[in-house]
Amino acid sequence: MASVEAGEAGVDLAQWGLEQARAAGAGAAEVLIVSAESLSAGVRMGEVEKLKSSRERRLGVRVFVGQSSATAATAEFERKALGEFIADTVRLARLTAPDQWSGLPDPALHPRHLPELELSDPSSGIIEADRALEIARTAERAALGADRRIKNSEGAEFDSGRYRVVFANSQGFAGEYAGTTYSLAVAPIAEEDGAMQPGHWYTQNRRFDGLEEAASVGLTAAKRALRKLGARKIKTTRAPIVFDPEMAASLLRALAGAASGPSLYRGASFLAGRLGSEIASSGVTIIDDGTIRGGLGSKPFDGEGLPITRKSVVEGGVLKTYLLDCYSARRLGLAPTGNAARAVGEAPSVSPANLYLQPDRYSPAEIIRSVKHGLYLTELIGFGVNSVTGDYSRGASGMWIEDGELAYPVQEITIAGNLKEMFMSIEMIGNDLVWRSSTAAPTLKIAEMMIAGE
Amino acid sequence: MANELIQPDKFFLSRFGMTEGALERILGAALERKADYADLYFEYRSAEGLSLEDSIVNRTSKSLSHGVGVRVCAEDRTGYAYSDEVTVDRMRLAAEAARAIAHGGGEASVAVQVGRQVPRHALYELESTPLEVPLEQRAKLLNEIDRVAREFDPRVKSVMASFAAERKIVMVVNSEGRIAADVQPLCRLNVTVIAADDKGRQAGSSGGGGRVEWSFFFEDERWREHALTAARQAITNLDAVDAPAGEMVVVLGPGWPGILLHEAIGHGLEGDFNRKGTSAFSGRIGQRVASEFCTVVDDGTIPNRRGSLNIDDEGTPTSRTVLIEKGILRGYLQDRLNARLMKMAPTGNGRRESFAHAPMPRMTNTFMLPGGSTAEEILGSVRNGLYAVSFGGGQVDITNGRFVFSASEAYLIEDGKVTRPVKGATLIGNGPDVLTRVTMVGNDLALDPGIGTCGKDGQSVPVGVGLPTIRIDGITVGGTRA
Repeated sequence: MASVEAGEAGVDLAQWGLEQARAAGAGAAEVLIVSAESLSAGVRMGEVEKLKSSRERRLGVRVFVGQSSATAATAEFERKALGEFIADTVRLARLTAPDQWSGLPDPALHPRHLPELELSDPSSGIIEADRALEIARTAERAALGADRRIKNSEGAEFDSGRYRVVFANSQGFAGEYAGTTYSLAVAPIAEEDGAMQPGHWYTQNRRFDGLEEAASVGLTAAKRALRKLGARKIKTTRAPIVFDPEMAASLLRALAGAASGPSLYRGASFLAGRLGSEIASSGVTIIDDGTIRGGLGSKPFDGEGLPITRKSVVEGGVLKTYLLDCYSARRLGLAPTGNAARAVGEAPSVSPANLYLQPDRYSPAEIIRSVKHGLYLTELIGFGVNSVTGDYSRGASGMWIEDGELAYPVQEITIAGNLKEMFMSIEMIGNDLVWRSSTAAPTLKIAEMMIAGE
Repeated sequence: MANELIQPDKFFLSRFGMTEGALERILGAALERKADYADLYFEYRSAEGLSLEDSIVNRTSKSLSHGVGVRVCAEDRTGYAYSDEVTVDRMRLAAEAARAIAHGGGEASVAVQVGRQVPRHALYELESTPLEVPLEQRAKLLNEIDRVAREFDPRVKSVMASFAAERKIVMVVNSEGRIAADVQPLCRLNVTVIAADDKGRQAGSSGGGGRVEWSFFFEDERWREHALTAARQAITNLDAVDAPAGEMVVVLGPGWPGILLHEAIGHGLEGDFNRKGTSAFSGRIGQRVASEFCTVVDDGTIPNRRGSLNIDDEGTPTSRTVLIEKGILRGYLQDRLNARLMKMAPTGNGRRESFAHAPMPRMTNTFMLPGGSTAEEILGSVRNGLYAVSFGGGQVDITNGRFVFSASEAYLIEDGKVTRPVKGATLIGNGPDVLTRVTMVGNDLALDPGIGTCGKDGQSVPVGVGLPTIRIDGITVGGTRA
């Protein structure tokens, strides 16, 4: 559709916006234009439940007057109104306090050539409604048919979308890229003895043909619901915890938050002052790689127009780099790392690109077998991670391990510790690294944490 | 501007060159395939934010968004399409996309006559909004907050403060011919303080706001209270000991700890989950789900509150719904679709994040009515337990009922006395069970200061919660100390 393909909201419009900012008195400026469209199709209990068609386009600017800056976003693309909006933003910048650390990147750092990262599916585009519904129906049917105890469902949803990002700044950098995403999620409900348990599974890819098969997604979701039936609470105890890959990935996200520039210069991170020191057990290597072809977090340049890179954040347990945008890099006296993320109309924030923990040699079964009494963790709820102190306390459920075997499901417990100690006590690392989102980790075993129950 | 405030419906007609005739034709086209119902949701939102760190207001931002969402409902199916270009052509395309959900073979447009105005409450008729206060004045307040927080204690190392204000003009036109429109102001002040000593560092935060004027922050020096509360919390937490682990008596303080009700009760009583039979509360109306001390309501009609609305996002006036009465489950929160399918009345709880989303049942302000005990009596009754006064976020699994909420400021209770501060910990329980363990309810009901945002299915909406001091005899506390 026009929103994503036409040149109308492209680099020319961005350059025009930069000119408006300059004319209004801005010494430097950036323009970001994001257009997106998508179709989402949902079924429930075999019937069509919802269809949603989306189309959006927004333009963001950041303008500088000396060291003062302001940001703004608008959906208004009519030239006269847009020109006034940009001039207003320059006025806003004049009212903002000068900040010695603010400004565009060193122009020498902008890339001359942008890598081709295969972010778009060349052949599939938006999947039309009937086909999307059929895929969702297939996945849900497989879940509902998996076992007679699967009695209800929150449905299945198939989404496809494409987007285009255009970015230009007043020191001559201009770039654009487009991408596609496809995803399928299924949420069946198992029921036994009057108690219900939800299961959830999904697949996600930039290529339509890269998705896991619909029926297999449905079956996995059903198994995840079924194995929770009869879940009980356990007595409060200290025990080893095996994080399944999805839960292990959540630990990486927590670490990335603490390793990001803004938390560090504010002194709001347990990793402050830890660069170059041991923060994890020696087998732990964590890599952030924005250059993976077709990666869900890949992009040819970051939110300030700097090259995206591949780097070890943690290598052999040692913290090698922080994740930085230009502002936090200047504050910390370090070089930016190409990790500026950008929402339209906001100042840069920091985010990893594709973040993963390097797999080791153990199969998940071997890891579980190494535990006498402990928890195989499959779900976490809540927000109990304090990145200032590293204190960690979250709601949990999973399977109790007895003598190396998954014995019975457990729920309504918490696991607690401190991220500093948790990373230091990673004892075993699995061989099962699979990309399902932009953060991935294999199965991990943490030596011991407090589990609160009865 | 003044005219828009009086007649928000006229705003869209004039701003985007619409006529009632055009709206009628689009709704008629939306219903063409024998759908039951269609509506158009127009939104025009302007917002401004500023923030301070290192004692300077170094970030300012503004944003302008507008768009229209077209919804078509046929039985239990929903088609939704939206566009950020508010033109007749775009709306017609959206209507065609949305009506694909209805598979009747109708050909002819359905006649719709638009014009019946829906009455609305007048909960936030403001003289002016904080958006009209000069930016310098808003910046000055953040600087004052920075000064007050730093003066509180030399261990305060950094202060971050922000102020965000928005104004949303909305209009809902539906295929029954009803037009409802509203102007919805909203603002929020937030303060975060980092304190450090030789033992470590800690954060504290406080904030508040609502659908209020700028002067709200100066009544009772609210702004100063937020600066001091954030600083005090950070300093207190420097001395916090490890939290206990296991099931114990927990006393929740008044106000924001009402997030318990939002997670444990409120979500499970939203109409969509109950229509589908996927909530742990499904089919339990009339049953006991709480002790006799507990009466819980959801009330969208409290003046100036963050969670209040004159009309919900489907044009239904908001109301007060009794969810639990003296321990007995009484009601669900409904939007139009689920109310119709469950043959119940809508309760004014159909809400959406923006024009880019279809509405669903959501909470407004959810709280427990006060009981007869004083806070001193409640705390004095506990031999060994936890007293939690401030919380971060919470989450619930609606189907199995398990919920969590995370304390950010809590103390041990020893022999009826509040003693040492403990580190933050997550509390976990089971929704249909936790309120049956409430044995005392205080007379000190307070609503939260206006900071809540609720996420569901990818949509965020502002909400409120409230609670008197309560005693819960047994909930699992997720600390690290056995």
